[in-house]
Amino acid sequence: MAALTIVRPGMLTTVQDLGRWGFQSRGVPVSGAMDWYSHRLANSLLGNDSAMATLEVTLMGPHIRFESETAFAIAGAEFRLTLDDEPIETNRRIQAGPGAILKFGERMGGARAYVAVAGGIDVPKVLGSRATHVLTGMGGHEGRALRTGDALRIGAKGKGKGVITPRPLPLTPVTGGAKLRAVPVDARLFTQLEAQRFRVSPQSDRVGYRLEGGPIADAPTGEMISTAVPTGAIQIPPTGQPILLMNDHATTGGYAIAGVVITADLPLAGQLAPGDWVEFDTCSVDAADPALREREAALGAG
Amino acid sequence: MTGRVVYLGDSCAAVQFARTIDPAVNARCIALASRVERRGVPGVRDVVATYNAVTVHFNPMLIDRRTLEAELDSAARQAASVMEREGRTVEIPVRYGGEDGPDLTAVAAFARCAEQEVVRRHTSATYRVYMMGFLPGFAYMGSVDSRIAMPRLETPRLRVASGSVGIAGEQTGIYPFDSPGGWRIVGRTSIKLFDPSRPDPFLLQAGDRVTFVAV
Repeated sequence: MAALTIVRPGMLTTVQDLGRWGFQSRGVPVSGAMDWYSHRLANSLLGNDSAMATLEVTLMGPHIRFESETAFAIAGAEFRLTLDDEPIETNRRIQAGPGAILKFGERMGGARAYVAVAGGIDVPKVLGSRATHVLTGMGGHEGRALRTGDALRIGAKGKGKGVITPRPLPLTPVTGGAKLRAVPVDARLFTQLEAQRFRVSPQSDRVGYRLEGGPIADAPTGEMISTAVPTGAIQIPPTGQPILLMNDHATTGGYAIAGVVITADLPLAGQLAPGDWVEFDTCSVDAADPALREREAALGAG
Repeated sequence: MTGRVVYLGDSCAAVQFARTIDPAVNARCIALASRVERRGVPGVRDVVATYNAVTVHFNPMLIDRRTLEAELDSAARQAASVMEREGRTVEIPVRYGGEDGPDLTAVAAFARCAEQEVVRRHTSATYRVYMMGFLPGFAYMGSVDSRIAMPRLETPRLRVASGSVGIAGEQTGIYPFDSPGGWRIVGRTSIKLFDPSRPDPFLLQAGDRVTFVAV
């Protein structure tokens, strides 16, 4: 049976898909790929269904051994990559023979890369999804980050659309920082956000990015009634230090929301590493639709 | 009851009602959320009722905002005439105080009464599950007797044990997992609020009623 083995795990490698939808009313976070665009691109290069699970690689990548003949593709952050010590490229379908070893080397831009295999990573679904939520140990491979020695099954091929033509375009590389388009929710708070550049602090992870800069003045204090919040929401706690909510964020929160990053730009947010700069630009809800359609078209799906 | 639609980004719409915690408003939110879910609108991915709002997460490539708003409007009119479903009452056994309730002493001091009296007041009420959030299976319940409604910790604990029963102002809740937490922990239950091996993994949902029993 097709499988791969983790030889070295890298900093944080988890199984992800397009998220665990349908249970936010029960407090279950959506999780899933932080850069949905690169996850889908890697899958599309193999004719995989976009919902098939990939491995999300973070900052420092793994060494992986393919136990049998496997077609794979990598998209997202740029790394020096080798297969059996020969350099290989991202954004391409590559064939690995049995025993071939994929190694992630130096990271050159972006924060997260997606390793897709033909047939998808086959771990049990939990509440309809293979996405890993590490805090609660839900989904993925045993609900956790991958470790040396982990063996993962690869799904049976088929039911894919075949390789999409024209060739999908990789996401604009994120090197050093990004401008994120966001829909304002609180005009007074958002105006202050727009006016400055922030830095992604080291206290940033899949739950959210704590941003250095500001502080944003007149952030509401006191007990606020919890409301449901989406990924991409920019919260302003009483300290005035913004928090950009990412995929593993809790479904509800009690902090003021200044604005929400548009779906089209969540992949850019997913490519930010600690130390990178962030700027926010106003985008109306109406302007967000063509931005998303542009991404879909670049994927070859539009 | 008409709500105001606020877009939180391009894939999330919140229908907001009052600005307070009110059982009647919450009941309408739960009814509306239930109605929207049951319509099975293509493109709608999640419907979340909170204290005083209903939030709809949707795929903007599959449903446009005008259609979504029309669906919400239709659902709101249907929900207005629906009686709140008879929620279940779930009884939760709790070991109060000691190592299981490290904040029981502080709550007793706040309430200026004996620890046993805090337990009596906490177990005398039937609580409403207003909403689920924070963690899978975490229920925000209210309202706690004002005499023991102590505000949350200024600095959250790094780790609160799974099953811990807490108070934060007029809210009470149970931590379904080990997690950081800022609520005042008065006791602990062995009941699992989230168990993926059960046919319905979630013990509680919005609209249920909960009572606590000291064991």
